[in-house]
Amino acid sequence: MFQVRIHGRGGQGVVTAAELLAVAAFDTGRHAQAFPSFGSERTGAPVVSYCRIDDHEIRTREPIDEPDAVIVQDVTLLHRVDLFGGLAPSGFVLVNSSQPLEDLGLGELVGRLPSGHLAGCPATELALAHVGRPVPNVPLLGAFCALTGEVPLEALARALRHRFAHEVAERNVAAATIAFDLVRDHEEARRAPTA
Amino acid sequence: MTETRVHFYQVGSFAVGNRLLSDADRTVQASRERTNSLDSGHRACQGCGEALGARYALDAAMRATGGRLVAVNATGCLEVFSTPFPETSWRIAWLHSLFGNAPAVATGVAAALRAKGRDDVRVVGQAGDGGTVDIGFGALSGMFERNDDVLFICYDNEGYMNTGVQRSAATPPTARTATSEAVGVDPGNVFGQGKDLPRIAMAHDIPYVATATVADLHDLERKVERAMTFHGARYLHVLVPCPLGWGAASADTVRLARLAAESGFFPVFEAEHGVVTGVRRIRRRVGVEEYLRPQRRFAHLFSGPGRPDLVARLQALADANVERYGLAPQEE
Amino acid sequence: MLQQLEGSRAVAETVARCRPEVVCAYPISPQTHIIEAIGAMVKDGRLAPCEFINVESEYAAMSVSIGASAAGARTYTATASQGLLFMIEAVYNAAGLGLPVVMTLANRAIGAPINIWNDHSDAMAVRDAGWIQLFAETNQEAADLHVQAFRLAETLSVPVMVCMDGFILTHAVEAVDLIDQAVVDSFLPPYEPRQVLDPDDPVSIGAMVGPEAFEEVRYLAHLRQLDALELIPEVAEEFAALTGRVSGGLLHPYRLEDADTVIVAMGSVLGTIKDAVDARRGAGERVGVLGVTAFRPFPVAAVADALAGARRVIVVEKAFSLGMGGVLATDVATASPASGHDLATVVAGLGGRPITRRDVEGILERSAQGTLPRLSFLNLDDDVVARERARMAASRRSGPFAENVLRDLATGGAHR
Repeated sequence: MFQVRIHGRGGQGVVTAAELLAVAAFDTGRHAQAFPSFGSERTGAPVVSYCRIDDHEIRTREPIDEPDAVIVQDVTLLHRVDLFGGLAPSGFVLVNSSQPLEDLGLGELVGRLPSGHLAGCPATELALAHVGRPVPNVPLLGAFCALTGEVPLEALARALRHRFAHEVAERNVAAATIAFDLVRDHEEARRAPTA
Repeated sequence: MTETRVHFYQVGSFAVGNRLLSDADRTVQASRERTNSLDSGHRACQGCGEALGARYALDAAMRATGGRLVAVNATGCLEVFSTPFPETSWRIAWLHSLFGNAPAVATGVAAALRAKGRDDVRVVGQAGDGGTVDIGFGALSGMFERNDDVLFICYDNEGYMNTGVQRSAATPPTARTATSEAVGVDPGNVFGQGKDLPRIAMAHDIPYVATATVADLHDLERKVERAMTFHGARYLHVLVPCPLGWGAASADTVRLARLAAESGFFPVFEAEHGVVTGVRRIRRRVGVEEYLRPQRRFAHLFSGPGRPDLVARLQALADANVERYGLAPQEE
Repeated sequence: MLQQLEGSRAVAETVARCRPEVVCAYPISPQTHIIEAIGAMVKDGRLAPCEFINVESEYAAMSVSIGASAAGARTYTATASQGLLFMIEAVYNAAGLGLPVVMTLANRAIGAPINIWNDHSDAMAVRDAGWIQLFAETNQEAADLHVQAFRLAETLSVPVMVCMDGFILTHAVEAVDLIDQAVVDSFLPPYEPRQVLDPDDPVSIGAMVGPEAFEEVRYLAHLRQLDALELIPEVAEEFAALTGRVSGGLLHPYRLEDADTVIVAMGSVLGTIKDAVDARRGAGERVGVLGVTAFRPFPVAAVADALAGARRVIVVEKAFSLGMGGVLATDVATASPASGHDLATVVAGLGGRPITRRDVEGILERSAQGTLPRLSFLNLDDDVVARERARMAASRRSGPFAENVLRDLATGGAHR
C-alpha cells in the first residue's frame, strides 16, 4: 500500500488533490481511498487530506500516520505543524516552493531521505500562470507523478479531464505536465554524470 | 357576498338577524349541500368558538375547492375533541402529526400533491394560537417565506386551553390564566410587546392575510373563499372565544367575539401581498370594558376598587387598532 | 459501473435512482454533500418529478417528510447529530404513524461539547423511535442500503434510517458500483401506501389514542419491526441476486468459524477491525468479527447464534450510555445471556478519535491476557482526566470542564 498525506490550507484544494489522486490511481486499475481530515471548512485554516493506493481492496479507515509520501502545499506550515511525522525512512516529500529546500530549513530531511525522494515545485506560480488561480494542488500532483512514479501522468490528466470542464481541464493538464517535466528534468540532471 | 348596510339592530345582541337579510345572505346551519367537514358528535365544550370557526372555515374551503381538500391539524383542542379514539368527526382527509409542525406537514402534503400532479387538491393547515404563534411559529414563518401553497388557519382563543388554560403569546395583557394568575401588583398576563401574527404574516408579503371572528360567519366564509382564489401561502387568523378559558357563559361566545371586534380590541381586516385591502369597520363602537366585563379572566380588573389604570391601558390598545386600520364607524 | 466517487455523491446518485417524489432537508455537516447533490439534480430536471424543499430546521425537514409521505409520496431526507436531535419528536411521529420515510444519518457526535466528527451517539439516541436502523460498512454498502431501505420501508410501512459514518464514509472517495436505473426499477416497485390523504376516500390519520388501545397500537409497531427481521435478509438476498453484491442483511460475520474471541462492531470501523483480525489470524489466533448491520430491529437470535462458539466477546462501539456503559453491548448481552462468554465493552472513536489497526490489535492482546476490563475507553488520557478531577476538588468555581481540558492539553498539564 502506498499512503500519501497532503498538508495545506483551506482554499488550496487540499481535499481535491487527494480525490484527484485517488481517481487517477483508480483509473489505472488500482484500489484507492481518499479522505479529508474533516475539519471545519475555513479558508486559510490548516487542512490535511489523505490518499491510499493499493493493489488490493482497502478496508482500513484509520488516518495515515505513517505516510509513504507527504505533499506540502503551503510552506508557511513548515515548522508549525508536524508535517513529516511518521514519514517512512524511504518516503517522499514534495514541497510547494521555488526556493531550494535547504533554504527552507529542511536540511535535516534532505539528509535523511534517499536522494531523489525530495523535491520542490513552484506550484503556486505554475497554477497562476496556467490556470489563472493560485491553487497549487494540481501542479503538485503532476510533480508527485514524476517524483514517486506511483501514478502515471496520463492517468492524472484523465482524472483532471473528468473533474473539470474542457478549457479549465486543459489548463490544469498543462500545469501538471510542466510540473511533471520540471521534477523529472531536475532528477535526470541530478543523475547525469557531472561534466 | 356583497356587503349590505343594515340599519336594523336586534335588541340586546346587536346581531343582524337572518330574517332581515336576503335569502342569499342568510346563514344556513344545515343543508344537504353542506359538507359537514367537522361533523356532529365531537367532544368540544358547549359554546366552543373553535368548533364553530373550524366548521365554517373548512366547509367554505370545501365549497371553494369542490371537495378537493386535505386538512393538516396541529395538536390542540381541535385535534383532541374531534378524534376521540376510535371515532373521528372529520369527513375530509385529515392528518394530525405534532403540536409545533402543522405548517411544515402541510407543506409536505402540498409538495407531494404537486409531485404527483394533483394540482386540483388544496391543503389547509390549522392550529390554535399556541400551535401558531408559539410552538409552530418557526415552521409557519418558513412556510410563508417559501410561499408554499397552503392556507393556514389559526383559531385564536388566546391561550393553551387544551392543557388547562395557560398563557400563550396570544393571551391579552392582564388576562388571568393558570400560568399568569390574577395575583400580585400586576395581576394576570403581562403587558408585553404583543405578537401580532397577522402583521407578521403580512411582513412576509404572502398573497393573502385576513382576520375574522366567529361573530360574522359570512365574513369568515368569504375570506376562506377569497383565500382559495390565491396560490401560495395564505393566512387566516380567526378569533374563537373559549367559554372555559375565558370564564364566560357558553351562550356568550358569539357575543364576545362581536364585542372584541366592536371594541377594536380585535381588528378585522384583510390584506393582499402585504397591503391592507379591506377592513371591517366597527358598526357601533363600545369601550373595552363592555368586552372585558363578561369574562372571568378579567374579573380582577373590576372587583373591589378595580384597576381602571389597567383597563385604560387595554383601551389604549384597542384605540391603537382603530387608528391603525381605520376601524371607526362610518358617519351615518 | 464502478466509479471512484465520494460517499455522499454515491448515496445521492443512488437515492435519485430510487425516484423519490419529495426530498426535504436542512443542511448540517457532514450530511451536506448528499442533499446538495440531490438538490442540484432536482433543480436541473435530472430527478423528476420531485419536489426539493429547503426548510428552516430539521424539525421542519422531518415534518415535511411526514406530510409528503402521508400524501402518498416516496420521501427522503438526511441529517446528522444535532439535526437528528432537533427533529426527534417528528422522528418518533413518523414511525408512530407508520410512514415509510427513508433518511440518511451521517453519524456524528452530539454536544456539548460541540463536535462535528464521527461517532454513533446520534443513532443511539433514537434507537427506540421505531425506525429500522441499518449501518453501512463501506460507501458501496451505504449506497446499496438506500435501495433496500425504500423497499423495506414501503413493504412494512416503517421508516428506515441508513446510518453511515460522517466524514469517514460521507467524505471518503473510493470505488462504488452505482446500481443501474433498470435494476432499481425492477427491485423497487412504485409506492403503494397503506394509508393516504385522499379527498376521494378521506381518512383521519393521527387520532388521539387512549389507554384502551395504545398498547395494541404500539405492539403492532413492534411486530412490524419483528417482521423486518425476516424481510431484511430476504431483501438483501434478492438484491445480491440482482447485483452480485452482498450488502445489507442482519449481520456481517467475518472469520467466525472457529473464533474463540469475537469483536462486535458497527459501521466503517469494521474494515479496520478486519485488517487487525487478519493480522492476528496470521499469528495463529482464533479471532473473528461480527458486524451488526441491522441495529434496529436487533437480530437477537442471529447474534446469539453467531456468538455461540465464542469464549470472549468484545463490543467496540462509538457511543455509550453515560452512567451505564455500552449500548450495543447491552443488546449483545441480552441476545446471548446464557452463552457463558466474557463480554467486554470498549468505547472507542468518540467525537472522531481515530481507531487504528494497532488499537484493535492491542484490544485483542489485552483480551487474550485477561486484562481487558468489562468497560474501557480506548486511548483515554487518564492524566488529563485526573488533573481536571483535581481542579474540581480544589476549587468550587473550577470553570467549564471541556475548556479546562483543552487548556490542559495545550499547556501540557501546566494549566491550573
